[in-house]
Amino acid sequence: MKDRVIAVVTAGLTTPSSSRLLADQLAAAVRDELSARGIGTRIELIEARDHAHDLTNNLLTGFPSAELEKVLATVAGADALIVVSPTFSASYSGLFKMFFDVLDDQALAGKPVLLAATGGTERHSLVLEFALRPLFAYLKAIPVPTAVYAASTDWGPNAATLRPRIAQAATELVAALQHETPPQADPYDNPTPFADLLNS
Amino acid sequence: MQFGVFTVGDVTEDPTTGTTLSEAERIKAMVTIALKAEEVGLDVFAQGEHHNPPFVPSSPTTQLGFIAAKTSRIILSTATTLITTNDPVKIAEDYAMLQHLADGRVDLMMGRGNTGPVYPWFGQDIRNGISLAIENYALLRRLWREDVVDWEGKFRTPLQGFTATPRPLDGVPPFVWHGSIRSPEIAEQAAYYGDGFFHNNIFWPISHTQRMIELYRKRFEHYGHGAADQAVVGLGGQVFMRKNSQDAVREFRPYFDNAPVYGHGPSLEDFTRETPLTVGSPQQVIERTLSFREHFGDYQRQLFLMDHAGLPLKTVLEQLDILGEEVVPVLRKEFAAKRPAHVPYAPTHESLKAAAERARELETIEEPTR
Repeated sequence: MKDRVIAVVTAGLTTPSSSRLLADQLAAAVRDELSARGIGTRIELIEARDHAHDLTNNLLTGFPSAELEKVLATVAGADALIVVSPTFSASYSGLFKMFFDVLDDQALAGKPVLLAATGGTERHSLVLEFALRPLFAYLKAIPVPTAVYAASTDWGPNAATLRPRIAQAATELVAALQHETPPQADPYDNPTPFADLLNS
Repeated sequence: MQFGVFTVGDVTEDPTTGTTLSEAERIKAMVTIALKAEEVGLDVFAQGEHHNPPFVPSSPTTQLGFIAAKTSRIILSTATTLITTNDPVKIAEDYAMLQHLADGRVDLMMGRGNTGPVYPWFGQDIRNGISLAIENYALLRRLWREDVVDWEGKFRTPLQGFTATPRPLDGVPPFVWHGSIRSPEIAEQAAYYGDGFFHNNIFWPISHTQRMIELYRKRFEHYGHGAADQAVVGLGGQVFMRKNSQDAVREFRPYFDNAPVYGHGPSLEDFTRETPLTVGSPQQVIERTLSFREHFGDYQRQLFLMDHAGLPLKTVLEQLDILGEEVVPVLRKEFAAKRPAHVPYAPTHESLKAAAERARELETIEEPTR
């Protein structure tokens, strides 16, 4: 079976960030889960911070730079996504949203997505259900049921409860991957014939 | 090959002086630019159509009619005519009228317009943009080609026994280009009718423009209008020139940095690398423009955007002098030398009239055998 491509989009701002840390752990769990089933994995890690200027420019000019275009194509071409945002003002960060604002609105249709977020305290954990999940539902992606939130304490005293959540989410993402996502028709290669346009 | 200028007609503050033209001054400046374009030997002046500030040209045929009276050679065109929100009946009438007044020096470029509120202001919905472009244009073609039209569609009142007047000059409708940045449906439409396809070639990296033009050429051939390399392609472009390229960059930068469309975004350097914008010496503009041919094949029309972002009229007129004296003569020679004989020129009123006459003669000759 061909390798599965997992695109990881993380919007942490510091280096290293806890969002990146969580992204790495989720990616490793997904890779392990796939490898247990004899499937190879290619992880494509994307730090939104690296493209912050290009994202702004894309919003202003309406088109991506050559480099950002490659990144967007990687996401659109991936078999599944892992997305991680820090929690800002009760939601995903602006930078995280900008990435998905410039991505083609059909690019994620039918794609399994593992939702994750980080924050200072556990009190923000429902950002996953009230902000991230509706966003990806709107984009017609398929968010898996378990979403993973990591607060500061999850990196120390509560680590024992973070690990099973990561494992559970990874299992669900891999299970969702079994479904083949339908390939998207390329309107340039297969344009709608004019007779159909005229009669529609 | 045809060379010309296209203008959106924006009223923008000059960021270097803080001065803004009045609407009257801007409208007259557009006329001055059109006259200068003819004077320096360009072939086409095309103007936009907008129905919201900061743009002035809401009534293109009024303005083009005025320019027609003051010129004798230059082709008057649009960039673009809103095929979505205008009534196709009025487009048929307005541009046939202009055609008569301008002795046939008229063609049009159809576009959909991407300003959301303009659609409801004219009783339409932007979500129907493609359908409006398809249906309205299909009606427009019939109005120019059939003396009496019975018609019913989705978007306008039905017509029964309607004749659009005046009839097109010499029975030859104006040539039509279809402009689109990224809608394959519009490339398909242009190909289906064997009309021209224009890409504004300003806001997209060259790879996107390439895909659109390749699609149009492929479908043009599919619909039997000729080989793919005989399809009628027009391109936009944006340049700013000074003898010394560093002077061009220094002078243009504040206009670029504050431009309404891409200002406060990418750097001038990034934008010139990623898009066809060229800021430099006339020689650099010549080389960049010639390179379009490598990407898109031999094409028929090249329009330059020269008068936006608050650039003063005096500067724009200087740019036109450089374009007409130093750039276009070289481009004409170089493009002509490279163009294979089977690649056609852009249709003009005269060439379309001659083709129609030839078709009529053939019909007469074949008549007895039928």
